[in-house]
Amino acid sequence: MTGIAATAGFNSAAFDAFLQNRAEPDWLQKMRQDSWDAFCQMDWPARNSEEWQRTDIRLFKLDRFALPASPPVATDLPASLLSAGVELAGEAVSLDSYGVRSHLANKWREKGVLFGPLDELVHQHGDLVRKHLFARAANPHYDKFAALHGACWSGGHLLYVPRNVVVDEPLLSMSALSDGGVDLGHTLVILEEGAEATLLSEKTSREESAGGLHCGALEVLQGAGSRLRFVHLQNWGKGVWHFAHQKAILERNASLQWTAAALGSRLSKVNQHVDLAGPGAECDVNGVMFTEGKQHLSYHTQQRHMAPGCRSNFLYKSALQGASRTVWRGMIRVDKDAQQTNGYQRNDNLLLSDSCRADSIPGLQIEADDVRCTHGSTSGRVDEELIFYACCRGYTRQEAIRAIVIGFFQQVFDRITIESVREALGQAIARRVQDYE
Amino acid sequence: MTETLRITDLHVSVEGKPILHGVNLKMTRGETHALMGPNGSGKSTLGMAIMGHPKYEVTQGAITLNDANILEMAPNERARAGLFMAFQRPVAIPGVKMADFLRHATTNVRNPERKEGEDLIPMREFRKELRSRMEQLSIDPEFARRYVNDGFSGGEMKRAEILQLAMLQPKFAILDETDSGLDADAVRLASLSIADIGGADMGLLIITHHDKLLEHNRPDYTHVMLGGRIVETGNGVELANELHDHGYDRIRGAYPDAAANNEAMEKPEQTESAS
Repeated sequence: MTGIAATAGFNSAAFDAFLQNRAEPDWLQKMRQDSWDAFCQMDWPARNSEEWQRTDIRLFKLDRFALPASPPVATDLPASLLSAGVELAGEAVSLDSYGVRSHLANKWREKGVLFGPLDELVHQHGDLVRKHLFARAANPHYDKFAALHGACWSGGHLLYVPRNVVVDEPLLSMSALSDGGVDLGHTLVILEEGAEATLLSEKTSREESAGGLHCGALEVLQGAGSRLRFVHLQNWGKGVWHFAHQKAILERNASLQWTAAALGSRLSKVNQHVDLAGPGAECDVNGVMFTEGKQHLSYHTQQRHMAPGCRSNFLYKSALQGASRTVWRGMIRVDKDAQQTNGYQRNDNLLLSDSCRADSIPGLQIEADDVRCTHGSTSGRVDEELIFYACCRGYTRQEAIRAIVIGFFQQVFDRITIESVREALGQAIARRVQDYE
Repeated sequence: MTETLRITDLHVSVEGKPILHGVNLKMTRGETHALMGPNGSGKSTLGMAIMGHPKYEVTQGAITLNDANILEMAPNERARAGLFMAFQRPVAIPGVKMADFLRHATTNVRNPERKEGEDLIPMREFRKELRSRMEQLSIDPEFARRYVNDGFSGGEMKRAEILQLAMLQPKFAILDETDSGLDADAVRLASLSIADIGGADMGLLIITHHDKLLEHNRPDYTHVMLGGRIVETGNGVELANELHDHGYDRIRGAYPDAAANNEAMEKPEQTESAS
């Protein structure tokens, strides 16, 4: 059923065939070849490196997966959770690294908005893509995963909003995986000066227990005064390996509201960075993680203040069940010139079982002297006094815990300004709260 | 049918330490009982034990509600059977809106057989009822959208407890110092509110140090607790007035054993607050 196993493994022969099949512009083919060479030369991340010491990937075997070679048969794709009941400006869906369908309403097309599969749009809008792809935000030489992605990216979507165009309906970017499939999607979001958009991004598997590999990247480039609301739901099957580099760069007075919810995957290692590159830029980044079984989710966030007068606010909350584990390592970096910085980061963890574990490592690196940076982190169990109080009002213990856990995440959901998304995430979380005792 | 909450020879320990030493109390629905006593006498412990707090271990005795053994019920079953306690120190549940919390609570209490996941009271119907109750209690409608007790002032918390009492309409309610931390006007309002929402139809056990809360809820009986026992019970409000005016010296003198017990209970609290 999957169309991915036609060429075995990620070897040079397979890569050459992949490259030949794609008939892309020379600059892109060269970029892929460079990344492939880097991939071949690099080792997998060392276990004792700061980034990987808490995330064990010894069981990850790349040769169990293969380059996407032929389009899969797209039947019965999972329904989107985030966009249920929402009037969309456009929708782009991929399956196993292949575009399945995409649509953008005419009224936005007429205004010069681009939205659809990146691999297709690169043909018609090569100059635009070339200017931004792997230019500033994503670095294919960062590590072996980044190099693999740089060489083999396929699928994923481009959103481009021209100057001062305000797209006031959400766009949906959806990537689906078949069991055992590979998603190498690259998402590129370009908002020109004064542009506004809302992007809902959803990653999902056809079955909850499905395996697979995602090795992806996200680049967000925001021009002066642009505003982006970005909601990202990682809801892969429980067997998926998820490696991602995500970075947004904000110019002067740009603003970004970024909500990342991670529910799925067997193991996730995500680097999520925001560069506040122009004065007065601001971002609110919210993360929700809900793990169970033996899931391992690792988020390394960085909010980098490069210019004066910027504000950043990162709030991450995790609830853990079973023997699952989360790692959150947050860093506020303030460059020498970034005076009047206002940076905040916080990570709260709710431990719902005896054998789960949450590592929380906040950090500050500050070179400017006139800044306000604060961080905080908490980890704990559900307070028995809260459970008792709710039970005295007729809640069963289970209902009480469920309400308290949902309430725990509500602080994050409160910061999502799209009601349907708030509800969808709330419901997805509620379904995950398991039985206790 | 007369509905009765009966507490017989109740002994309760907290973390292995005995607090209640044989409490006897019988309440009939429709009666108001005042429960007074110095700090550490066990009043709140009695409330916690009736509601089934897991830390309060009943080592002896019985609590029955119309012949049903309450002690075999989980706290939520007790609530669904018609028991309620307004907490002395209500806890905050961040992220859970008052209205949502109460809708779920009200549904469960009104449909004691409800299974998890079954429908709640329809939103529209519930909102209407909640709004009219809040109006009756002069509570700002914004209250419904706030998180349960989160960032509430002392007075707001107590009003929220009364609102819950009004919505849940229990058979028996324990009001644990619902007047503490309130100024005189707020206590008067609380007292009026409890009467307004049908307190007279419930069996009320009002734990208080003062007589103001009793103004509009005239007790049929007043009990005095000392050293983990009810040592004296009087008809009406006279005993409450006496204790409010003259303190517990007479009671302490009359029941030296209980007074000694009480002192032993009080001591650790004092050293704690002194440190």
